[in-house]
Amino acid sequence: MLNNLTAHEAHSLLASKKISSVELTEAVFAQIEKTENKLKAYVTLTKDEALKRAKAADNNGNFTGLAGIPIAIKDNMCTKGILTTCSSKILANYLPPYDATIVEKLAAAGAAPIGKTNLDEFAMGSSTENSGFHTTHNPWDLNTVPGGSSGGSAAAVASGECILALGSDTGGSIRQPASFCGVVGLKPTYGRVSRYGLVAFASSLDQIGPLAKDVTDSAWLMNVLAGYDPKDSTSVDIPVPDYRMALVNDVKKFRIGLISDLMGKGTDEAVKAAIKDAARKLESLGAIVEEVSLPTFEYAVPTYYLIAPAEASSNLARFDGVKFGHRSSDAPDLLTMYYNTRREGFGAEVKRRIMLGTYALSAGYYDAYYLKALKVRTLIKQDFEKAFKHFDVLISPTAPSPAFKIGEKAADPLSMYLSDIATIPVNLAGLPAISLPCGFSGGLPIGLQIIGEAFAEEKLLQVAYTYEQNTEWHKRRPTL
Amino acid sequence: MKYETIIGLEIHAQLLTESKMFCACSTKFGAKPNTNICPVCTGQPGVLPVMNQKAIELAIKTALALNCKIEKSSVFARKNYFYPDLPKDFQISQYELPLATLGHLDIVVEGKKKRIGITRVHLEEDAGKLVHKGAARIMGATESLVDYNRTGVPLMEIVSEPDLRSPAEAKAFMETLQHLLQFIGVCDAKMEEGSLRCDANISLRPAGEQKFGTKTEVKNMNSFKAVFKALKAEEKRHEEVLSEGGKINQETRFFDDITEQTIGMRSKEYAHDYRYFPEPDLVPIEPSADWLAKIKNTSGELPEAKRDRFLNEYKLPEADAEVLLATPALTAYFEECLKLYDHPKTIANWLMGDLTAYLKTNNLAIEQINLTPAQLVEMLQMIDKGTISGKLAKTILVEALKSGKTIKDIVAEQGLTQISDEGEIKNIIDEVIEKNPKQVGEFRSGKDAVVMFLVGQVMKLSKGRAKPDAVQKLLRQKLGQ
Repeated sequence: MLNNLTAHEAHSLLASKKISSVELTEAVFAQIEKTENKLKAYVTLTKDEALKRAKAADNNGNFTGLAGIPIAIKDNMCTKGILTTCSSKILANYLPPYDATIVEKLAAAGAAPIGKTNLDEFAMGSSTENSGFHTTHNPWDLNTVPGGSSGGSAAAVASGECILALGSDTGGSIRQPASFCGVVGLKPTYGRVSRYGLVAFASSLDQIGPLAKDVTDSAWLMNVLAGYDPKDSTSVDIPVPDYRMALVNDVKKFRIGLISDLMGKGTDEAVKAAIKDAARKLESLGAIVEEVSLPTFEYAVPTYYLIAPAEASSNLARFDGVKFGHRSSDAPDLLTMYYNTRREGFGAEVKRRIMLGTYALSAGYYDAYYLKALKVRTLIKQDFEKAFKHFDVLISPTAPSPAFKIGEKAADPLSMYLSDIATIPVNLAGLPAISLPCGFSGGLPIGLQIIGEAFAEEKLLQVAYTYEQNTEWHKRRPTL
Repeated sequence: MKYETIIGLEIHAQLLTESKMFCACSTKFGAKPNTNICPVCTGQPGVLPVMNQKAIELAIKTALALNCKIEKSSVFARKNYFYPDLPKDFQISQYELPLATLGHLDIVVEGKKKRIGITRVHLEEDAGKLVHKGAARIMGATESLVDYNRTGVPLMEIVSEPDLRSPAEAKAFMETLQHLLQFIGVCDAKMEEGSLRCDANISLRPAGEQKFGTKTEVKNMNSFKAVFKALKAEEKRHEEVLSEGGKINQETRFFDDITEQTIGMRSKEYAHDYRYFPEPDLVPIEPSADWLAKIKNTSGELPEAKRDRFLNEYKLPEADAEVLLATPALTAYFEECLKLYDHPKTIANWLMGDLTAYLKTNNLAIEQINLTPAQLVEMLQMIDKGTISGKLAKTILVEALKSGKTIKDIVAEQGLTQISDEGEIKNIIDEVIEKNPKQVGEFRSGKDAVVMFLVGQVMKLSKGRAKPDAVQKLLRQKLGQ
């Protein structure tokens, strides 16, 4: 089936004219036809647009990079004239007047955007259960969640409902669903990829990155995404390497730190076993693996839940019914219009975080909460810096468990928050990290997280590629 | 009891940039509603702000002129509050770490110089404009429309120390500041048009007391006169309340232009909690030493230094310096002339005299005339060479200002060059002698003063082109003296 190809495999066939982009795109839509009613990975499908781009790529005939490759876009990235909902009722009718920088880049590369994928509303969540529209199901077990917030993208990649997908990661939203769905997810260094057009959740943490079937595809997509954007003042103006050159099957002499703090009692035994196996595998390939402790990790989740909601409370203020999106019809005056619009438009988790953030920034509480959180954030960064004096990369489980059941944690926000315990510190420090499959438990995938220094994506890719080339996990596909 | 008045000002000045603070939209005033807008300044989901370097440069220029310390690192902050004229429902401003601090501005009140402290200078973005139907405010309106053209226009906030001791000082401060802002070209600073706005904090305390009294904030003062009147009214109100043993409520008060009284708006107790925090979408402003030096170099000489130079170097009277420094354009005109013609007092006389008179009569500003400094100088040089007379020059100047023609063209067209050909003058003299036998007789019989009448006749016939002294000499020769 063409839709199960990786992007680099599809590229070879396209370039040698063995298949056309239209055939490839139609194969993807055939899969969507078959499985989407079970998965619900998408919010909006753009078949006409995708086929138009595919045709253009075929007519052009010059298949370089991602030209002619069908790609899914998380629905919190602005697409001009195409619904961009953030899986929120408040934006259910929102048609952006502009394209996100990464959407422009994909268009320039000749990729075919096939649709907008489901997420936890405004990327706030770890299961897609917070979507204002519907929950996405994990293709490995339809009773479990695909992770979140980029659950739609991860499920689409895993099930062949796309070739590649874009996700965004604020506290683990690319890596955790990648882990749950058995695909590869890369969160780039903060500032490596433009955020212009990504609907902000927490501006100092958000980053766009690839979800892919293997490490090679991640490198290919990074080649398109990475780079300075004058429209994003926080993007960094340093040269972009050809990430494909990092795909070298060699970890000899690599110093790898296994984060012991994430191998304790909060983590499933099966997950721990898979991670230890992965560590041994890397050792057997010539790497030096040692345990390392980052003691500030235990403060990462509370720190994150002050900083991210604080920024979100301000970022989400603009959804007020005045300019775009939902406006309450029950609005006798301005204040009631604000109240009712936001009450009707936002879901419970978004409201919870807006309240948390508003509280943390309030006069009299700012120093005790927000400012203190910023200080702890600095300490977490320093912990990483210390570790990177001894290690090339750090490894850990991506999530403390495989995918959990739909509804299992929905009523318990704290236990839901803790499913991001391994990924959150990486966002707080602005570092790059990748998650790739390293085992299964009860038929559900387990993810290995590899963390690198800022702008050391190449090292991550090399370690991940080497591991992948010497294991078979990534070749498994769910049957639907 | 005698009271001392304490006033501090908070000024907002629109910076003269082509584009907005955080996007490329035009700042042009008067465009059709919602035409100078884009995804960024309308706060569409996903957009990010990008700093306008020119706005930062102009604010630094101002801060330097106000003798401020430019901070090594300053940070934008979000000021969060909900209002329909604010698309993001937060304003990007500066809070804990402003662009510049600790400056001062010298003002002159009743001939005495006084130094007023500047607390801070910072940058922020303007909000949009609301228009209501059915009521004056959004509360009670049947319909409210919003125009986002002004949203994101760069604003500079200047905060003074509470160093002002009277409404007159406050007015003088605003006038001096306006002059400075116009002079360094960062703001057109027209209070009536809103490009310069000011709020005032005012309190009274018993004379000799160290502790400040309770202050009120006065808003809606749209001219220098209004600043003075509003603060006078508020000063009086405070005094009346206090001397009757009453208490001043800390509140914001609105100046009513018509009644010339202040009206309470809302109590500070209900003031918003703006939940300021550092803007995560922008990086700190960290001006390099090179950049600061460059800005300093382009700033030029400040009004005070110029005044000193006019008095000491050019030996101009104080009144002249005052007039020449009144508007930056006039000063620039004067200095442009001076580059070409090294007679400061002569230039000053012409600028303050005939040129200013013409501008006044025709209600024009010097920026609006076609006559260039080079042409004015050319005319002055013609006078010096004797090509035209000083008296004729006055007519030529007005003609040049009216028609927009060059001095040279006017002189040539109308044949206004002085007659240097003696033969031609002699012919005219002959004609005058012939036509005025009576006066010629009187002169010959010893009435010397009559010669001036005859000179006048020659001048008249020559249409003023003859040189009076040459005519007199030739006349006397002719009449045998």
